[in-house]
Amino acid sequence: MAELDSKIPEGPIAEKWDKHRFNLKLINPANKRKYRVIVVGSGLAGASAAASLAELGFQVACFCYQDSARRAHSIAAQGGINAAKNYQNDGDSIYRLFYDTVKGGDFRAREANVYRLAQVSNNIMDQCVAQGVPFAREYGGCLDNRSFGGAQVSRTFYARGQTGQQLLLGAYSALCCQIGRGAVKMYPRHEMLDLVVIDGQARGIIARDMVSGAITRHVADAVAIGTGGYSNVFYLSTNAKGCNATAIWRAHVRGAYFANPCYTQIHPTCIPVTGEHQSKLTLMSESLRNDGRIWVPLAKEESRAPGKIPESERDYYLERKYPSFGNLAPRDISSRAAKQVCDEGRGIGKSKQGVYLDFADALKRLGRPVIEERYGNLFQMYEEITAEDPYHVPMRIFPAPHYTMGGLWVDYNLMSNLPGLHVIGEANFSDHGANRLGASALMQGLADGYFVLPYTIGDYLARAGICKAGTDHEAFKEAEEAVRGRLKKLLGKKEGKRSVDSFHRELGRLMWNGCGMGRTEASLKGALEKLPKLREAFWEEVKVPGDADHLNQELEKAGRVADLLELAELMCVDALDRSESCGGHFREESQTPDGEALRDDEHFCHVSAWEHAGAGKAPVLHKEPLKFDYVHLQTRSYK
Amino acid sequence: MNFTLRVWRQKDASDPGRMVDHRADGIIPDMSFLEMLDVVNQKLIEKGEEPIAFDHDCREGICGCCGAVVNGTAHGPLPATTLCQLYMRHFRDGDVITIEPWRAKAFPVLRDLCVDRGALDRIMYAGGYITVRTGSAAEANAIPIPKPIADRAMDAAACIGCGACVAACPNASPMLFLSAKVSQYALLPQGQPERELRVKKMVAVAEASGFGACSVHAECEGVCPKNIKLTFISKLNRELIRAHLKS
Ligand SMILES: Cc1cc2nc3c(=O)[nH]c(=O)nc-3n(C[C@H](O)[C@H](O)[C@H](O)COP(=O)(O)OP(=O)(O)OC[C@H]3O[C@@H](n4cnc5c(N)ncnc54)[C@H](O)[C@@H]3O)c2cc1C
Ligand code: FES
Repeated sequence: MAELDSKIPEGPIAEKWDKHRFNLKLINPANKRKYRVIVVGSGLAGASAAASLAELGFQVACFCYQDSARRAHSIAAQGGINAAKNYQNDGDSIYRLFYDTVKGGDFRAREANVYRLAQVSNNIMDQCVAQGVPFAREYGGCLDNRSFGGAQVSRTFYARGQTGQQLLLGAYSALCCQIGRGAVKMYPRHEMLDLVVIDGQARGIIARDMVSGAITRHVADAVAIGTGGYSNVFYLSTNAKGCNATAIWRAHVRGAYFANPCYTQIHPTCIPVTGEHQSKLTLMSESLRNDGRIWVPLAKEESRAPGKIPESERDYYLERKYPSFGNLAPRDISSRAAKQVCDEGRGIGKSKQGVYLDFADALKRLGRPVIEERYGNLFQMYEEITAEDPYHVPMRIFPAPHYTMGGLWVDYNLMSNLPGLHVIGEANFSDHGANRLGASALMQGLADGYFVLPYTIGDYLARAGICKAGTDHEAFKEAEEAVRGRLKKLLGKKEGKRSVDSFHRELGRLMWNGCGMGRTEASLKGALEKLPKLREAFWEEVKVPGDADHLNQELEKAGRVADLLELAELMCVDALDRSESCGGHFREESQTPDGEALRDDEHFCHVSAWEHAGAGKAPVLHKEPLKFDYVHLQTRSYK
Repeated sequence: MNFTLRVWRQKDASDPGRMVDHRADGIIPDMSFLEMLDVVNQKLIEKGEEPIAFDHDCREGICGCCGAVVNGTAHGPLPATTLCQLYMRHFRDGDVITIEPWRAKAFPVLRDLCVDRGALDRIMYAGGYITVRTGSAAEANAIPIPKPIADRAMDAAACIGCGACVAACPNASPMLFLSAKVSQYALLPQGQPERELRVKKMVAVAEASGFGACSVHAECEGVCPKNIKLTFISKLNRELIRAHLKS
């Protein structure tokens, strides 16, 4: 197995990417068309990569599980995308975006990657505008900005409350153009169920046609996975119902290291859980914190309606604790603060698991039309879900699982330790450290797909050459048989007593309690004891009706939950190993006297990359040390 | 709340399909329509029967996956709402609710409520883009766009491609969908170079895909979850005439 070499180029940080690009091997245009690349995923990362690679001349095959590439989960992003344009003249720069992101990630990201991300952020904006993405504009016709958490400049670009949708439709349009030309072959309703590795190199995938059930083999010279995050391990999350970890987990089992699986982000502003029936949680965009003020009553067990509680009896706890960032404190900090006040018994709503997000002041200051223009669709969605009108009563919000900073380990070229396997977007671990700042995931997905992978994958292809093997190779046969075996096993318990969802719910509860917003040695050990039993029960008792030769949504879910059950264990192992707190990973044993995350740089200033050692065996830890030459290690403060 | 669901059940494309009654008991008003279907499906699974297949993903009204004709109306009784954002509090206890898939020649049923909307993608492949190579774009603020025009382009761009417009149209015409995309690009300066070619190519593929023509029944506007307006269809027609006159 390859050594963990992050391949960070030498030289001053501002010159690394330029120099590196110059040193990358090129393939001449006539030869590019001989190379085949598989892109799994059509979200911001996958669609932008597939389109850009096809423009360069490679033969591209792109897969997604939805019925159309346009429906990838990136579509749901509401708030915005960061770029260091400094259009507001408020002191932004590439360096500041870099600095904010490294600090926001609590010093657990690679400096070189983050710097590159900040550099290309500006190209992304140019590209998206040229594609016709209808960003919000000022009256003079220039692009408008808003503020997001963890930054004191306004660098977030947006398209109403539908930024992800518009960016994805932009990337999808670029993809359409290439599909129309025949340069990309699109496979919607196809789910990748395994990775094919030939002589140590990723050379293809096994997919299932979700309509006919056909299991198909796909060979290529390189594979790029952009299949998004794994927050659905918590069952209730802000992710779409179909979001899953199957592609990355299967790749992990085939040899790709999984980095920092315990870094998960709990988003502070989501609509609270109302009951058992709930199938997912709905995010209320962070952008609302530009104008909304977060508070809880000062008194415990407060029973008055919010409007009846006078100012003097309210605790605007973020403004109180973090005066310089106030309601725009970063996500990990805001979420924990909400949990703290609820743990103190000052939570609101029926379940007491909620805090107010109040627009009364903003409505007074700006008037309803302005608020409507900024957040109209979010207010409408909130009202539809809760039957309460946020123009008149404050929103009730609570933290919810939202994003996963962990993912497959990649080097500076976005290639995993498995040669040929590239990982982009939320599926990799790279740029956000232990906490992602708002509006940075869209930026990273598009950076990876438009401006990084198209360069670096060419270098790999030029060196590795064209795969001589075809889909009749033994490795394809073996992988296909493994897939068929798993499907058969999932369908085998017709007398089983429990549905897939009942297991998924139980897994979610277990993970929320054991490896959620606060983690302790005891909670993690408890989860690690329960998980193997739950997994065993799953394989014994899960009841999946129907067969594998038809559209079978229960079977799809069952396969995903089976993989989440395994990933969950690795998350807990990682969380237990990392006995420090950092960013979204809060080990309750490791906190400052005032309850902030306490890092242990002496022992944990590294990336934890886990190697799969085989079923039933303990995973093997590889450490990639992190060096901070520019943003010096310091206690993160937003006070 | 308790309901009787009358649901279209069809195993695959070759099965003729039929309406089947299912009970939906113990439903809470705060459940979404899809959560109500989840409850029904859990019961079916317990009994060893196959659950009702329906497309869904985001459950936030933005991905455009979900959709069914509920009591004769695409996405159900509430205006400007996707099926996943429709809550059971809008129904009356004891109601009989009929649930059918989108019906259109261009959208073959795959199973139960799932249909193949690939024809909408094919329209997009034909011209639903501005050709701009990655890396070749000019500085983002180089072309100022007046706010009212940017806003109007955004109104059009809000289309989620769910296909309700086709399902609601007596002719199964995709013109609201098509006009939204054509209008977005025709409004923006970036879209000008391919303006004529784009509309001609997209309309040609729509016509070849088994969709019907628009005769302004306006049913589409009534069911559109994103409030895409009929005026975009007028714009599409003008764009088409303009394109033909220019060539
Ligand atoms: C509600 C919400 C709001 C958000 N708002 C913001 C925001 O305002 N700003 C911001 O920067 N970030 C935001 N984020 C985060 C951001 O949207 C995501 O991190 C990002 O879009 C992920 O993009 P992606 O391309 O990596 O993956 P995704 O968009 O999730 O795409 C995954 C793709 O992989 C495919 N896929 C998955 N598994 C398989 C498989 N096994 N086989 C085949 N295909 C598969 C899917 O079909 C899909 O095409 C938000 C996230 C959520 C959930
Ligand atoms: S499930 Fe996404 S729009 Fe309804």
